[in-house]
Amino acid sequence: MISIGIDVGSVAAKAVAFNGEKIMATAIIPTGWSPKESGNRLLEEILNKSQLTLDEVHAIVGTGYGRVSLDFINKKVTEITCHGRGAHFINPEIRTVIDIGGQDSKVIRLNESGLVMDFLMNDKCAAGTGRFLQVMANTMEMDVSQLSETAGDAKPENINSMCTVFAESEVISLMAEGASKESIAAGLLQSVCNKTYSLVSRVGAEDQVFFSGGVSQNPLLKKYLSDKLGVEIQVSDLSQFIGAIGAAIIAYEL
Amino acid sequence: MRPAMMEEVEALRGVNSVKIKEASEAGKKVVGMYCVFSPQEIALAADAISVTLCGTKQEPIEDAEKELPRNLCPLIKSSYGFAITDKCPYFYFSDVLLAETTCDGKKKMYELMGKIKPMHIMNLPQTAEGEESLALWKNEMVRFKDFLEKQFNVEITEEKLKDAIKLMNRERQAMKRLHQLNAHKPAPLSGMDMMLAQWLKGFNVDKEAGIELIERLIHDVEDQMSKGQYAFSEGAPRILLTGCPIGSGSEKVLKLIEEAGASVVALENCTGYKGLDTMVDEHKEPMLALAEKYLSTPCSCMNNNNGRLDLIKRMAAEYQVDAVVDLTWQACHTYNIESFTVKKYVKEELGLAFTQIETDYSDSDVGQLKVRIEAFLETLGVTVTG
Repeated sequence: MISIGIDVGSVAAKAVAFNGEKIMATAIIPTGWSPKESGNRLLEEILNKSQLTLDEVHAIVGTGYGRVSLDFINKKVTEITCHGRGAHFINPEIRTVIDIGGQDSKVIRLNESGLVMDFLMNDKCAAGTGRFLQVMANTMEMDVSQLSETAGDAKPENINSMCTVFAESEVISLMAEGASKESIAAGLLQSVCNKTYSLVSRVGAEDQVFFSGGVSQNPLLKKYLSDKLGVEIQVSDLSQFIGAIGAAIIAYEL
Repeated sequence: MRPAMMEEVEALRGVNSVKIKEASEAGKKVVGMYCVFSPQEIALAADAISVTLCGTKQEPIEDAEKELPRNLCPLIKSSYGFAITDKCPYFYFSDVLLAETTCDGKKKMYELMGKIKPMHIMNLPQTAEGEESLALWKNEMVRFKDFLEKQFNVEITEEKLKDAIKLMNRERQAMKRLHQLNAHKPAPLSGMDMMLAQWLKGFNVDKEAGIELIERLIHDVEDQMSKGQYAFSEGAPRILLTGCPIGSGSEKVLKLIEEAGASVVALENCTGYKGLDTMVDEHKEPMLALAEKYLSTPCSCMNNNNGRLDLIKRMAAEYQVDAVVDLTWQACHTYNIESFTVKKYVKEELGLAFTQIETDYSDSDVGQLKVRIEAFLETLGVTVTG
């Protein structure tokens, strides 16, 4: 029996195929302007990759902000629940999940069965999210994936504003004042770390902490967060697929 | 299934704005009020009509922000916006306004609003505990009585006060009985309809007709219950909604909860059950009895508001709720800070799921709120529909 989980986020759409024990295939494409269209394309791709026809699939669960536009799914589940289940699959000892995605960041507390006990989400603005980093990286004419490498071990500049628009002006001013790209990049990651930390401290982070979502691919941010929380934060090569994995597990149980 | 009577209840919106005009033109005095701390009995004993003033819609906020800070609670901005734009018929036909010092934002806004119409302010004590607070609040009752006697050139006799107390107790009893229908599992009325019925009665001009209408609605609902017709299915998670007041136009969170498949069975807020819990003692001296009743309101503006926790505890049991949702309007410091205490109490003492939602009247965060509410319901282990 095989199930599929599809996570249509604001930046990327991810899919996994799951056989009850392990992940059989993953697929990822940019969400683009139409979550519905990317959902359809992604389904095709994950079926190809796992060499399946739709008839052979037991169930499909959709998650992420684009889940409402998918017409082929059996059920939609929020990304909070899916990230919880996904992280639990990666390591059942995990009790706290930090998920920083394109437009939302959230902190989730899990019980020993991987069920969500409590969670918090960022406010309605983009402060501390992947979008924040993306806008800032663009301002400095680099790709968001280069931020960590650029920052290196530079001493972070203080970025005081959490508002994406105001922070952008701050970055421009810092550049005008001659601050180095390295220290600004470090400052940006530091400011996302601080914002995330305040969210984490409100939910509580004892035991093992896992970092999921697109932004978790940033090693320096992971280091900053680990230092600030005083625990070694775990990431996985599959971090970006955690939501989709959770969706696939829920689909498997349908 | 929605009771047919709800249409008649909803029609009150149009009916009442016509009635208030007719009454005012016929020479009846009108006292406009905002808060559940307002002693309607004293206005009624002055042969005046007491009405709730508008303040639950986003629409006039833009105008209010010309004079008020943007980062203020939407309820204050909306109330003020309605006042300066003449878009609220109840405000327009009010001869005098009654307000209370429930929070700093309102207190200062009332200074501006008081320039538009004659306004009387009742100074609330900071705590509901102790003899001094009761004495102070009783004196505020007397001051309001004196104010109305002077304004309307009437005498408010003890006899008239006692009649008004009886009338208001009857209204409260009817509203309380209506609210308690939803203690039944599954709930016969949606939270949306319960809110509408409770909120619209505030604008009711004719008290007797209003009581009769609610009694007919109760009858209608009981009739449906006997036929096994309910607003939600047996499995729908049961939610107690607490926190800031809501009304038509600011029902966003309530609506999202019910659209996600949960049943809002209890409204603990002041536009719901909060003011209905206790009656005015009909055997005591009227001013003292009124002071006691209104001071017992478990509002977050009071320093030490343990009464709210007690009420939540009682309601959670009576309404068999699965979770508590605490709604805070942006910049409402008292409810926002108190949320931490409520969260601890609900989770640790009552062992129920809890979430707080801080928002305003606008639709700007509906998408994210939807995710948060659906995720919260998923943590209850209930299948979310839609």
